Amino acid sequence: MDLDLDEPTRRFRDEAREWLAAHVPRSPLPSFDTAEGFAAHREWEAELADARWSVVSWPREYGGRDASLLEWVLFEEEYYAAGAPGRVNQNGIFMLAPTLFSHGTPEQLARILPKMARSEEVWAQAWSEPEAGSDIAALRSTATPADGGWLLNGQKTWSSRAAFADRAFGLFRSEPGSTRHHGLTYLMADLRAPGVTVRPIPQLDGEPGFAEIFFDDVFVPDEDVIGTPGNGWRVAMTTANNERGLSLRSPGRFLSAADRLVSLWSSAGRPEATAARVADAWIGARAYQLYTFGTVTRLASGAELGPESSINKLFWSHLDVALHETALDLLGPAAELRGPWADGWLFSLAGPIYGGTDQIQRTIVAERLLGLPKGDR
Amino acid sequence: MRFAPSAEQEAFAASLDALLSTLDCDTATRAWAGGDHGPGLKIWRRLADQGVTALTTPSHRGGLSEEDGTGATTVDAVLAFEVLGRFCPPGPWTDSAVLPCLLDDEILASTAAGETLVSLAFPPHLPFALDADIADARFLVDVASLRGFTPGAHLASLDSSRRLFVPVPGDELGPALDPARAFDLGALLTAAQLLGAGRRLLEMSVEHAGQRRQYGREIGRFQAIKHLLAEVVTALELARPLLHGAAVTADPADVSAAKVACGDAAHLAARTALQVHGAIGYTAEHPLGLRLTRVRALTTAWGTPAVHRHRVLAAIAP
Ligand SMILES: Cc1cc2nc3c(=O)[nH]c(=O)nc-3n(C[C@H](O)[C@H](O)[C@H](O)COP(=O)(O)OP(=O)(O)OC[C@H]3O[C@@H](n4cnc5c(N)ncnc54)[C@H](O)[C@@H]3O)c2cc1C
Repeated sequence: MDLDLDEPTRRFRDEAREWLAAHVPRSPLPSFDTAEGFAAHREWEAELADARWSVVSWPREYGGRDASLLEWVLFEEEYYAAGAPGRVNQNGIFMLAPTLFSHGTPEQLARILPKMARSEEVWAQAWSEPEAGSDIAALRSTATPADGGWLLNGQKTWSSRAAFADRAFGLFRSEPGSTRHHGLTYLMADLRAPGVTVRPIPQLDGEPGFAEIFFDDVFVPDEDVIGTPGNGWRVAMTTANNERGLSLRSPGRFLSAADRLVSLWSSAGRPEATAARVADAWIGARAYQLYTFGTVTRLASGAELGPESSINKLFWSHLDVALHETALDLLGPAAELRGPWADGWLFSLAGPIYGGTDQIQRTIVAERLLGLPKGDR
Repeated sequence: MRFAPSAEQEAFAASLDALLSTLDCDTATRAWAGGDHGPGLKIWRRLADQGVTALTTPSHRGGLSEEDGTGATTVDAVLAFEVLGRFCPPGPWTDSAVLPCLLDDEILASTAAGETLVSLAFPPHLPFALDADIADARFLVDVASLRGFTPGAHLASLDSSRRLFVPVPGDELGPALDPARAFDLGALLTAAQLLGAGRRLLEMSVEHAGQRRQYGREIGRFQAIKHLLAEVVTALELARPLLHGAAVTADPADVSAAKVACGDAAHLAARTALQVHGAIGYTAEHPLGLRLTRVRALTTAWGTPAVHRHRVLAAIAP
């Protein structure tokens, strides 16, 4: 058991660190949930992509560096430690891309990934529906066979970045009369296609962080089906494990947030009242980092990411809220002022909801990991 | 980087587990609490035969640990103490294991062989000496020096198998080799026992929840029970990498983080186990209580959570 980096890995990390130190914007970009911020983030993503830092773990042919999983984790640590901008295309890069690597055709990979790497196409995840939130298998949007493709109808909601994104991916019921996990097809759609209406929804901070998407006879060609028609649920589970597991929330962001919290606590005169919570935030971030190194080791020796990704989700969602609440308590009356901590706190509150709520994750952990008997839903 | 126990390390832990599961630790623990040390000492010797008491002793003193790192490592000791935590056999296991950090003489050979039980007082963090009445050797760490001590008043622990004594300082024996390292190792091995006990409490809870029926179904079908147990496994799963990470880095902040997290996770496991078991778990006959009280005692032994949180902060916010 060791935590030593070999020479090439260390060189990779140092190169990332140097590049980021020289290129990360000096002042924060405007929020990517505004039109102006979205454009600024696209530019930043193009700059990252030019230097091949936008998708380090992908094969070179799609714009990556063929980096190992460990290198990716280290890159993420460097990225957040450098204070670099949030990833506007994270739904594409961290959820759709792994799904395509597992289930996509070579043609899809070649067509979609290079544009994703540069954020020429920014992706939205269109999963939730008004009547299908936690119970995603209750979804009602349909895909009906048409000449050379499918016609989509229905409504998706709470789709992050959809207000400004270019394309979306999601599940549609493609076999009339089918129920639950059967008869679903995983499709990609153009958000500017005729028949699509996107209605932005402001979030707690007032900005249109997500949106409703209405589909009215929207045509999608056959080549935009991922996997086989009717088999969408299985494909979707790949996405879900990635969402809850490693890729969406690598340890880097919690380590850097914990470091900032420690500095805040020091500069506030090390108040005893919050000492334990500050220590716990750092301990939690360190735990998640080491846990991730363990996961990386297991994956590298052939294991697959399974229901234990729900443990990740439970852990970081709790950690993120606790960390930000501690920061606000430290700030005292200034806590209510808009700024990085207040914004971070608002965002942390969504963690226990998106990606499957914490209640849903606990049920998955209890049934699939601990083997408790299935109960009523 | 390869951050996972090796196949040999896992096999070693599994063999200890298999051995301990045949030794009826619970009966020995109850006997020990009542002053009958026989069955507990038998377990001590059986584990010593497997090398458990030699893991931290250097090879030139008859132990298994090599200067060049080829022998037993701190990781091996931690894995062994996780197994000890699962079964909670009685005795001053941690005290004996840290002795090589404090002195370097012949006594180490008989400690490694399991013939000498050591009781340690390490004020202020370890003010009461465990099993000082039956220990063969007693040491008091007095800042940077080592003294002998004699057992004074007997103090009752809430874990009745932990027999504690007030140390009455004796002669100074010389300088203590590396008290800081001794404290770190003691805290780390205590954390390992906490994690092991927590895992066992979780297993007992899962087993019980799958069998006990109320309202016409297993209580494990109730979401309220599932969610409690999911919180426990999450806490335990994320405490273990801190424990193993600290065994690798030997960094004091990592050690303290592991002690805090393993203590918190084990405490959650214990409280939840009791809730899931209901009144049966509150009885003295049920083995749950042995672990619940052990967890509570170990949470404050070798540095309270507050002490360790402050050590973390001292390291990260200098
Ligand atoms: C900031 C943010 C961004 C999001 N981004 C996206 C996105 O990009 N794409 C997308 O598709 N979706 C997105 N979502 C939606 C998210 O995935 C859903 O909100 C989530 O799955 C929960 O569904 P719901 O909101 O309908 O809540 P509901 O399912 O109605 O749940 C309400 C409450 O009931 C509980 N509950 C429901 N069922 C059970 C059960 N069986 N057992 C116990 N408790 C239960 C839930 O845990 C929750 O506490 C986003 C949400 C947020 C907050």
